[in-house]
Amino acid sequence: MTVVRILGSGQFRLDDGDVGRLNDLDNAVAAAVAAGDAAAFGQTFGALIAHVREHGAAVADGEIVTSDHVLPAEDTTLDEAREAFSGEGAIPG
Amino acid sequence: MAGLMSRFTTLFKVKANTMLDKAEDPGQTLDYSYQQQLEMLQKVKRGVADVVTAKKRLQLQTAKLEESVVKLDGQARQALAGNREDLARTALERKALIQGQLQGLDTQISALEQQQQNLVDQERRLSAKVESFRTQKEVVKAQYSAAEAQVRIGEATTGLGEEMSDVGLALQRAQDKTEQMQARAAAVNELVDTGAIDDLTAPAGSDLDAQIAALTAGNQVDAEMAKLRAEVGSGTPAPEIGQGAAEPAESQEESK
Repeated sequence: MTVVRILGSGQFRLDDGDVGRLNDLDNAVAAAVAAGDAAAFGQTFGALIAHVREHGAAVADGEIVTSDHVLPAEDTTLDEAREAFSGEGAIPG
Repeated sequence: MAGLMSRFTTLFKVKANTMLDKAEDPGQTLDYSYQQQLEMLQKVKRGVADVVTAKKRLQLQTAKLEESVVKLDGQARQALAGNREDLARTALERKALIQGQLQGLDTQISALEQQQQNLVDQERRLSAKVESFRTQKEVVKAQYSAAEAQVRIGEATTGLGEEMSDVGLALQRAQDKTEQMQARAAAVNELVDTGAIDDLTAPAGSDLDAQIAALTAGNQVDAEMAKLRAEVGSGTPAPEIGQGAAEPAESQEESK
C-alpha cells in the first residue's frame, strides 16, 4: 500500500497496482510544466488528482501515518507548479 | 525532468521536518509536540473565523452595490424623463460599472466558501489526529521511560508534523486569498466613497475607473438607452419615477 497526500485534501491509500499509473500521470504533468502549457497542465494535473481520489481510500481522520508521496493542492496553478521545479521555494509559509 | 510528485514530496518533507523543532530535553518532546499541535488547532479555528468574516464583508458589500444598481436605474429614468440624456447616460455607465463589480464579488464569495469548507475539513482531520496522538502519548508514557516513549511514537510525531505542515500551508493560502479579496473590496468601497458611483452631480468621467469601465460598458449603455427611450418616448409611465429622489426631477422641470 502507498499513502499519497493531496495538500489540503488529506491522505489516500493506493494499491501498489495503482501506483504505476500514478507515475505515468505524474510524468505527463511534469511534461506540461516543462512545456509551459497551461491547458495541458490543467488536464494532466486534474487527471492525477482524480486518479488518487478514485482509486485511493481516504485515510481515517484519527489515523496518523506518514505519506509516501505528496501532491500539491488541487487548485495549484501552472505558475506555482513551475516554482516547485525552479527550486525557489514552491511551498510558501 | 523529475515528476512533479517527487519534487513536491521532497520539498514538503523538508518543510514538515522543520515543523518538528524538538524540545531541549528529549523527555519533554512528546508534551511539547502536543502543545504545538494544540496551538495549530487554534490557528485553524481562527483561520476559519477569518474566512467567514471576509465572506460576510463581501456579502454586505454585494447588498450595498445591489441597492446602488436599483437607485441608479431609477435615476437614469428620472434624468431621461427630465430630458437630461447626459445624466441618464452617466447613471447607466455607473450602473454597468457596478454590475461588473458584482459579478466579481460573486466569484470571490464562492471561492471563500470553498476555502471555508476546506479549512473546516482540515480542522476535523487535525483534531482527530491530535486526539489520537494524546492517547498514544499517555499510553506509552505510562509504560516506558520518556526517552523510550519518544521512540515508540516517533512515527506518530512525524505523521502529525506532516499534517501540521499541510494545515499551515492551507492557512497561508487562505490568508493570501482573503487579503487579495480585501484589497479589491477596499478599491470598490473607495469607488463608492469618492462619489464616483453615487454622486451624479460630479463631472462625468472624473474617475479613471469609471472612464475605463465606460469604454467596455458603452454597448450595454446604448442598448439600455434605446430601451429606456422607447419606454419613455412611447408614453409608458416608468414605475420608478416619483419614487425616492423626487426632488431633482422637480428642479429639472422648473429649470426648463
